[in-house]
Amino acid sequence: MSVSVSMTVNGEAVSGNVEGRTLLVQFIREHLGLTGTHVGCDTSQCGACVVHINGTSKKSCTTLAVQADGADIKTIEGLANGDELHPMQAAFREHHGLQCGFCTPGMVMSAVDLVKENPSPSEQEIRDWLEGNLCRCTGYHNIVKAIKAGAEAMRG
Amino acid sequence: MKAAEFEYFRPTTLDEACGLLADTGDDADRCLLAGGQTLVPMMAMRLARPTHLIDINRITELQGIRDLGGSVEIGAGTRQRAVEKDPITRRKLPLLAAALPHVGHHQTRNRGTVGGSIVLGDASAEIPLVALILNATLIIHRRDGRRETMADGFFEGPMMTALEPGDILTTIRFPVWDGTTGSAFHEVAPRKGDYALVSAGAQVALDANGTCIRAAIGVGGCAPTPLRLQAVEDALVGQRLTDALITQAIAPVPDLIDPESSVHASAAYRRRAAPQLVQRALLDALSEARP
Repeated sequence: MSVSVSMTVNGEAVSGNVEGRTLLVQFIREHLGLTGTHVGCDTSQCGACVVHINGTSKKSCTTLAVQADGADIKTIEGLANGDELHPMQAAFREHHGLQCGFCTPGMVMSAVDLVKENPSPSEQEIRDWLEGNLCRCTGYHNIVKAIKAGAEAMRG
Repeated sequence: MKAAEFEYFRPTTLDEACGLLADTGDDADRCLLAGGQTLVPMMAMRLARPTHLIDINRITELQGIRDLGGSVEIGAGTRQRAVEKDPITRRKLPLLAAALPHVGHHQTRNRGTVGGSIVLGDASAEIPLVALILNATLIIHRRDGRRETMADGFFEGPMMTALEPGDILTTIRFPVWDGTTGSAFHEVAPRKGDYALVSAGAQVALDANGTCIRAAIGVGGCAPTPLRLQAVEDALVGQRLTDALITQAIAPVPDLIDPESSVHASAAYRRRAAPQLVQRALLDALSEARP
């Protein structure tokens, strides 16, 4: 049975007809073609699918698309300002905060949410915050450095 | 598609949800969807296959934290992270405030609800354990009425509670302790945010002379349900709490629990870890109570 949903994604109004069981991440990737949001574990463990729903970071693999009806969603594609990378994205590039890049969109979205709550997080606070984002290249060291620098850049 | 097909309902009032849930004239499997942080993965793995999914996230009656003085009421649908960040929680329910950061990850706490964790009744989950330690009152609605039940007795077995088909947990009322109190929560888990292998929470109240007048202690991951350790509490109440007394009081813990082995931890490990965590929680609770 299909249900109609509408929401705002990266500032644009979008809508579609989905089955009730369609996950938000499937709607984002398959209906909207925004494949920057990744699916890792499908069970809320890995954080590759983290997006912002109504301003806070959440895992889009454990939210149904219908539950996001009317919501304001931001994905990794919505961070940059045209060709100019978001300061957190730029910091990940500068500090080589990635190896294979699979976890990166979730890491960046999670980091941006952290800085909103805590504009100048310590290394320990960053490591604690990353509890829900797994990197299997074991690249946390540079990710932490990138987030620290990204936070600084976001403070301006 | 990962999950099996279902029909989706989104009631906006409690009455409407109770009606939808009670309508069991056929062999439909009706299920409530709150934060979905356990249910949606279970559906993705097809361990859960509800035919009718009733999404209760838009019911405002289930949201919010209310300070009633001697108690704090939390709407069952309130997000774990909202409770964690609310100053009322820190001020009035320090044990819950200490336990919440251990629940999943901050992104899952942004969705997961306090009531959802309680009705799931996982023996290693933090929120059911805190509800049991403080003996919270659980307010339950169904189509033909409302009742209150205590957390003590609510958890009946592994992922089994006293909820009947058609019941909706709507509010959790936590008692607030007066006077000089301290509380602490500790756990061991393979990684932060993973299910606890063993967890322990303690809350103590002292009189003006420093004598323990009240103690509430419980452990998770040590039995088919969260477990209150009455015998340890009895050994502390009426006493001045010293390190030696606490060491003596926790000695029977390995015999009070009934842990099982899993791939992550043997029963023997849990029997060794439980008294250590109880001791740590008690010592920290005590030092919080003694300024």
